[in-house]
Amino acid sequence: MYAIVAGGGKVGANVTRSLVRMGHEVTLVEQRRDRFEQLEAELGPVVVNGDATELHVLERAGIARPPAIVLAVTGDDEDNIVIAQIAKEGFGVPKAIARVNDPRNQPYFDVLGITQTVCATSGLLGLVEHEVPEHGLVKLLELRGEGLELVELHVPPDAPAAGKRVAGISLPDGARLVSVMRNGVGEIARDDTVIRPGDQVVAILKPGVEDRVRRAVVG
Amino acid sequence: MKAVIIGCGRVGSSVAKLLAGEGWDITCVDDDETALARLGEWRGGFVVGHGMELEVLDRAGAAAADAAVVSTDGDNSNIVIGQMLQRRYGIGCVVVRVLDPRRAEFYAERGLRTVCPTKTAIATLADVVRSCDAAPVGSPA
Repeated sequence: MYAIVAGGGKVGANVTRSLVRMGHEVTLVEQRRDRFEQLEAELGPVVVNGDATELHVLERAGIARPPAIVLAVTGDDEDNIVIAQIAKEGFGVPKAIARVNDPRNQPYFDVLGITQTVCATSGLLGLVEHEVPEHGLVKLLELRGEGLELVELHVPPDAPAAGKRVAGISLPDGARLVSVMRNGVGEIARDDTVIRPGDQVVAILKPGVEDRVRRAVVG
Repeated sequence: MKAVIIGCGRVGSSVAKLLAGEGWDITCVDDDETALARLGEWRGGFVVGHGMELEVLDRAGAAAADAAVVSTDGDNSNIVIGQMLQRRYGIGCVVVRVLDPRRAEFYAERGLRTVCPTKTAIATLADVVRSCDAAPVGSPA
């Protein structure tokens, strides 16, 4: 597989090292001269010096081949959006993944059609929420392209769902229970599965109905 | 008619004053509050903040604007903010300053009204040289 990585910071450099080790062909684009020299000394001709938002730099990196994937992981969100747009819309790169440095910029990625994003802050926050059960509902995965998300719910002793069969829980349209985790063992949720206090329930739902699902299951 | 001007530097502030003088209702946005001084005696709106913040665009009245000029000092910021003003706020006339000619052309092909001062400068410089009373070296007399 051929990949272009834009941005040679810690993220970009480590992704490049891993991809090279896995036997993939990679070009890493780094703008700052001193950082480029460091990376070139380590990685050799894999590294290209230049601004990856300039088309002639991307062309030098082989964007026209096109690569199977472009990773826009610079420290600048506007740059990452532009790189991903040029790759997908200009050169038909099938997959462009962009790093979100400031989670407040997420709507800009969403509205501008960058559907595949990675945000360290949001990821960390998700892990923290996962450790704090009183929140009741934790987002596990957002499938932006599909308009669906997977959430996990912790069932307390007094929950409205406790003691009920799955079929008997009144969930809103656009939500369905997928699995029930009890004593460390996960089972697919069937209509006749009975929810018990202490269960961790995974649901798939359309964004927007989280609160109604939380009220129906957790209370 | 209402317009928002994102980036109130030399270019943005001058466009703001020009359009305001023609009767437009203008609100300027700049993350540096001292940029207000460039507008002189200013009766229009002024919002301190960055165009990469939706709350700032909301406060500037982007939802009710008929036109927008985006001229911060960063090409990519302008490109991203301009598309946001088009797609989220539905502004029909969004004009974006992009210094890099190829990026300007790329986004112009995708429906953004880009203005490239670099390209204009190149054309003007060449025109002025051509208009001089001087022939290229080695050209037939």
